Amino acid sequence: MLAYFASLDPMALLRACPGGIAQGLIWGIMALGVYFTFRILDIADLSVDGSFATGGAVSIMLILAGWDPLLTLIIAFIAGMIAGYITGLLHTKLGIPAILAGILTQISLYSINLNIMGKANQAINVGKINLIFTSNIDHLGRTIIVTAFCCLVLVALSYCYLGTEHGCAFRATGNNGAMSRALGINTDRMKVIGLALSNGIVALSGGMLAQYQGFADVNMGRGAIVIGLAAVIIGEVIGELILGKRMNYFFRLLFAILGGVIYYLVYVFVLWLKFPANDMKLLTAIVVAVFLGVPYIRKMSKSSFRHAGNMAKKEGGKD
Amino acid sequence: MLDVQHISKTFNAGTINEKKAVIDLSLHLNPGDFVTVIGGNGAGKSTLLNAIAGTWPVDSGRIVIDDVDVTALPDFKRAPLIGRVFQDPMLGTAPDMWLEENLALALRRGQSRGLKWGIKKEERELFREKLATLGLGLEDRMTTKVGLLSGGQRQAVTLLMASLKQPKLLLLDEHTAALDPATAAKVLELSDQIVTENNLTTLMITHNMKDAIAIGNRLIMMHQGRIILDIAGDEKKNLTVKNLLDKFSAKAGVEEETDSVLLS
Repeated sequence: MLAYFASLDPMALLRACPGGIAQGLIWGIMALGVYFTFRILDIADLSVDGSFATGGAVSIMLILAGWDPLLTLIIAFIAGMIAGYITGLLHTKLGIPAILAGILTQISLYSINLNIMGKANQAINVGKINLIFTSNIDHLGRTIIVTAFCCLVLVALSYCYLGTEHGCAFRATGNNGAMSRALGINTDRMKVIGLALSNGIVALSGGMLAQYQGFADVNMGRGAIVIGLAAVIIGEVIGELILGKRMNYFFRLLFAILGGVIYYLVYVFVLWLKFPANDMKLLTAIVVAVFLGVPYIRKMSKSSFRHAGNMAKKEGGKD
Repeated sequence: MLDVQHISKTFNAGTINEKKAVIDLSLHLNPGDFVTVIGGNGAGKSTLLNAIAGTWPVDSGRIVIDDVDVTALPDFKRAPLIGRVFQDPMLGTAPDMWLEENLALALRRGQSRGLKWGIKKEERELFREKLATLGLGLEDRMTTKVGLLSGGQRQAVTLLMASLKQPKLLLLDEHTAALDPATAAKVLELSDQIVTENNLTTLMITHNMKDAIAIGNRLIMMHQGRIILDIAGDEKKNLTVKNLLDKFSAKAGVEEETDSVLLS
């Protein structure tokens, strides 16, 4: 036990933090995309696992072809939008349940990503290319600042959008479809737009992460939806704690990104504790299950049959 | 204003559950008509309303609203013409959105929605004014999530939303059925007030014969997918529940006595 604690190096943790923050911010952008579908449209969109890797693949392959790294991110965004658009069509035009439509897109993107990259993994020469989003320790500070700025811009843009007529109709679609249609909103089209936008943002963050780590991998998106959900939920819990009822959409979106950062700092910390990296996805899933389950359990503990039974027994004892 | 021509709708056609919900039904409403619709369970009242609203396409026939043939249009494309209040108070409003956001959505019913701000300042004034007319104190709760309001309040808000942008046709689908008697009476009174003030052409389904007689200028009764009674003007004014039931029995036949029990 003592040997275990002695083997932990506090400085190593400190050194790992900036990288954790940078990755957390990038995953936070992914969480922003997940927020659009999961929280606003009320759809758990599994296509993001595929579109995240698509973003990375597109960005890396275009950089290898000599494109400007920033420009590749725009193409990654568009590629993600197309993926989301397909999910939307599968869901609205073919009547496939949203969750299954997402799985179909995700699995087809696996093949498409392999086709884009030609093999399972493609790396760029990070030393030779001028990358904005880089894990190069000399420029890590800049990476964090630029990524944080991108996050702020995205949050501000999303917040403004949600306040527009179109954005209000988008929120209404997820909140009450019957009402939305009665008020003339084409809910199917709204869902398609939302899924496209969400996957575009996810692919953008996939592209950023690929540049950050210097390679794209066909498996880089595996479990991305769970990490995105974890970030959204962690952000919500912490946001509620700090702001309570003052949580407006700006803070909701901001805290989704902060949720990503917190997730990654915890990730770094747990790895520092020498938790096996192979088990991290299991841990993430457990965290998400607990955070999703606790509000439900809490509600049920107040009104459950067992509770009613216990109360009845107590009452019976009095007579 | 509304012209329904020979529409039919069969559900689960060709299966053991086949149900001819509406059969060769025609109905014409003049501008300003306030028509109440009564009938037993399964008479086809809601089917008629959903057909007009465009929840699904009809099997045959034609529907014209304000000279626009809407037969081929889905519900959201008919929205510019139609205001709707559902039976379920939860269906008419977006629970997680603010009261003023709900009203702003309703004010833009049937319009194209662009990237302008969702609510304008002067609109808030309008909403405050309109909410005050409901007499429920909601004008001070504009930034409350609608989900926190009671069923009656939500139904009153839905009513306001349906009329905020003047519809050519207002559809009320048993909109007081899920409310307690006192609240139902209040919402019904509001409906009458809003319809009269705006001179709206209205089709209202109800299970309550007294309401159906007391309100509106015309009453139709449906039975087995058809309109069997159509009473307007002075004849409606002098109507009582008793002679309505008599008329129903005479039309539907004595063997349908059980249905009249359902109605009263």
